[in-house]
Amino acid sequence: MNKKAIRDEIIHISGVNPKKCMKCGKCSGTCPSYNEMEYHPHQFVYMVESGDIEPLMHSDSLYKCLSCFACVERCPRGVEPAKIIEAVRLMTVRQQGANHLKSDAIPELLDENLPQQAIVSAMRKYSK
Amino acid sequence: MKVSYYPGCTLKTKAKDLDFYLRKCAGVLGVEVEEIENWQCCGGVFTTASDEIATKLSSVRALSEARDKGQKLLTVCSACHNVIKQTNYQIKNDADFAARANNYMQQDVPYEGEAEVVHFLELLRDEIGFDAIREKVTDALKDKKIAAYYGCLLLRPGKVMQLDDAENPSIMEELIEAMGATPVVSPYRNECCGGYVVLDDAKSAEKKSTAITENAKTMGADMIVTACPLCKYNLEKHDQSIPVVYVTELLAEALGIKEGV
Ligand code: SF4
Ligand code: SF4
Repeated sequence: MNKKAIRDEIIHISGVNPKKCMKCGKCSGTCPSYNEMEYHPHQFVYMVESGDIEPLMHSDSLYKCLSCFACVERCPRGVEPAKIIEAVRLMTVRQQGANHLKSDAIPELLDENLPQQAIVSAMRKYSK
Repeated sequence: MKVSYYPGCTLKTKAKDLDFYLRKCAGVLGVEVEEIENWQCCGGVFTTASDEIATKLSSVRALSEARDKGQKLLTVCSACHNVIKQTNYQIKNDADFAARANNYMQQDVPYEGEAEVVHFLELLRDEIGFDAIREKVTDALKDKKIAAYYGCLLLRPGKVMQLDDAENPSIMEELIEAMGATPVVSPYRNECCGGYVVLDDAKSAEKKSTAITENAKTMGADMIVTACPLCKYNLEKHDQSIPVVYVTELLAEALGIKEGV
């Protein structure tokens, strides 16, 4: 896919309009994973808007997002940054062989108290 | 009153107490709980992408069954509640998604979002009423200081979940008070525990969870109450010095139908 097609697809499946962003940084300020991220929520928004998406698709930041929706709740412009991060993550994990978490890696991650919910959630976020 | 009930996979395995005490409490409070037949796992997290259909069909099936019975759909696991409620919202507000899901499912009557999803906390507040609970409780929790931990899934996105004010919730504190205990309000009560990221980056989850437990202790809490098995796991894994209990278990204790916590 070319740059423009990737951008259009991300905007389409996320339903986010990055033009609404006023670059206040509140999403990144409230993000609990800020310190673990190379690219922060507001950067996802403007890099998708400018079509600079390759670096995001290869960044570990995709897997640091907790889907906690704090950025969605607190954005004063209703941009919903988590949805754009999810769309970029899907563009990556939907590629052949690009699963971030492989099912054969699961057994060694298990401990006796780990709820099923954690496994199904992680598979859904990290794999296709 | 009779409600359809979606327990979810974790409540059949690692979180049996959450399910067991929900049924016990509902019985004492006069609510008949009818488990959905052949329900399937909700998937644990909602995928916000509009082109994801297959992963949301298990929720649509559960919702349709409740609709067909003319019942509300009761949930208690925060994750199931979030996924099913967000799916219901999408089907009501995204005609393309509704058409595609219904085209796949080919049910006699297409599902258009008619069912109402209610979390156990909402059932207590809106159907039974905290006053009725206040009348039924013993003094089992009298000297307990309890911090409510909401996490993310119960509250956000606020415009969809509508359980309470997403930034300043009070439903659990009101319940704690109705159960005869003293609520402790921690500013971390609606911050994320780290969730599923514990599988990919355990250090990250540890930081989030310990911020929550440390703050609850600083604020003087003796225990933390939650409705989410993954929150309970993360909080307990990273700090063993404060007990974390399920809301149903705590209510059972308050109602005098459980020995100790
Ligand atoms: S949803 Fe992701 S990006 Fe948004 S605040 Fe939570 S962790 Fe950060
Ligand atoms: S909070 Fe909203 S408006 Fe502010 S930078 Fe983030 S996305 Fe843009």
